[in-house]
Amino acid sequence: MPINRRTLGTALLALALGGLFAGCSSTKLDEAPVESRNVPADGAADSKGPGAAGSGTAQSGVATVDLSKQGGAAAASGPLSQRTVYFDFDSFVVKDEYRPMLEAHAKVLSANRSKRMALEGHTDERGGREYNLALGQKRAEAVLRTMVLLGVQDNQLEAVSFGEEKPAVQGSDEAAWAKNRRVELRDR
Amino acid sequence: MAVDKQTPSASVTRRTRPASTPPSWPRRRFLGALATAAAAPAAAQFRVEITGIGGTQIPVAVATFRDEDKSPVPVAAVVRADLQRSGLFRMVDVPGGFDENSRIVMSEWRGRGADALAVGSVSRLADGRQDLRFKLWDLVKGEELVGQSHAALPADMRLAAHRIADSIYQNLTGERGVFSTRIAYVTRAGSRYSLHVTDADGEGGQIALASPDPIISPAWSPNGKELAYVSFESQKAVVWVQDIASGQRRMLANFRGSNSAPAWSPDGRDLALTLSRDAVAQLYLMSRDGGTPRRLTQSSAIDTEPAFSPDGRQIYFVSDRGGGPQIYRMPVAGGNAERITFSGNYNISPAISADGRTLAYVTRQGSAFKVMVQELAGGSPSAITDTSDDESPSFAPNGRLLVYASRAQGRDVLMTTTLDGKIKSRLLTSGADMREPAWGPFGR
Repeated sequence: MPINRRTLGTALLALALGGLFAGCSSTKLDEAPVESRNVPADGAADSKGPGAAGSGTAQSGVATVDLSKQGGAAAASGPLSQRTVYFDFDSFVVKDEYRPMLEAHAKVLSANRSKRMALEGHTDERGGREYNLALGQKRAEAVLRTMVLLGVQDNQLEAVSFGEEKPAVQGSDEAAWAKNRRVELRDR
Repeated sequence: MAVDKQTPSASVTRRTRPASTPPSWPRRRFLGALATAAAAPAAAQFRVEITGIGGTQIPVAVATFRDEDKSPVPVAAVVRADLQRSGLFRMVDVPGGFDENSRIVMSEWRGRGADALAVGSVSRLADGRQDLRFKLWDLVKGEELVGQSHAALPADMRLAAHRIADSIYQNLTGERGVFSTRIAYVTRAGSRYSLHVTDADGEGGQIALASPDPIISPAWSPNGKELAYVSFESQKAVVWVQDIASGQRRMLANFRGSNSAPAWSPDGRDLALTLSRDAVAQLYLMSRDGGTPRRLTQSSAIDTEPAFSPDGRQIYFVSDRGGGPQIYRMPVAGGNAERITFSGNYNISPAISADGRTLAYVTRQGSAFKVMVQELAGGSPSAITDTSDDESPSFAPNGRLLVYASRAQGRDVLMTTTLDGKIKSRLLTSGADMREPAWGPFGR
């Protein structure tokens, strides 16, 4: 089951890279609260996954690689290609489902002590800008602590926050908010 | 009587001292004004959208200044809009053809229902400056309150008009006006962020900083010459200080983590700010020249949004040490924090009036965020808006008005309001979303 889930997660990411991200979130995630975010995503992966994942069935798919969103030439699949940790409302808990991804990044950083990474915390749009900046910082620091526990040196990481200032998704509904409560891993 | 009667301008020549300062306006006249109060039509070009009527309004006539149509600024219209926005005045229509030399027949003017009359003229001096003359009559007592002559550069005509409004305000209320002060705010248009400085009526805007990255939390130095703010231009929150006139800027706080929420001490020497360099967001004090920050709070919770009391001894701030965010107060010298807000489970963004008596803040009610006002000596908080996305209240330096960000017709807008919430006006919109207002001090 965990393996299956990871594969599907990878397929979902490929979908995002394929530029289908916006459509996906507006149709599927609308009815999906945070906790069950993976349920409709799985469904989406079933129907559209093969083409986007490049397994060879569809013949006219073009996968967009957006270098501004991803950390360069990282593999288009696998935990290293994932760089976002999503949070529940009012929560700072790094959920277990992000463990493989954080482990993979921690491994890279541990193998190369000169590599540095910024952990950028974000909140949804509700509430005050300064308080949200502090909340985003708290999320970033929760991810930082997790990665330090996984063997990364503290001085390789900086937890920073954008508060509500840089939403990943525009919108004022739970679907958008869930996509905006996040920490992004960014190479430096 | 603790008011400074001098108009804050070096080049103003006062030819007549006011006979009595301030004039004692008979209370029954106020009440009469209240009974007949009606929303005066706002000068359309200033979009003073008055949404309520104040308790007592002084009826004032402001005649169109002679030859003001030849000057770059419609002087009388600026003055009228200023006075209306304060909520303390009702405009009485006045025919044209009057200036500071006109003989004023008091009985005739009283019949029009005005308690005071402002008249004046604009003329061009040989050196290119504009000579702005103005006279204020107390129609009740039948005496001249102010006579002024002011030579202004064409670029300062709007400021000169605001100073006339300030003079009228001060002579009729006994308090300093804020019409010649400035407001800083941030706009976002697409991915362009701009830090603006405008007159208190939202006009005459200039851009102090333009950036592809967010800018938040502008804060005026007490002398009105510098702005501290948070810029994300280096992909993290860093506190900068910028000289407004020259544009010179310096990085004040760029420590590990986030640096934010700058607040100047009243003497202008220090700034309180929020740093996450040692732990979660905590409050620190730094010299305006930089150096090593001194940590003010020692909690394991978020402490942010510091605001000094006017005497500089206390700091109000937001902390979620008790669960949700609430407003607390602690001595700057150190000591225990005392909780100030008790109603609601989400209270943020404290602002303190210049007399230290009134707290404004934002509370969450259900899914709405509203500006609240509370007397610090005791009293329950009251909501003063009917909007539901309010942010960032900031007091005018005379403590009579607040500016705040809100949402109206799908846009982020800036509003001013009287503290009782009865008179509101919307600052000029430029098509961009406006947010993070900060009302500047008296000086500039």
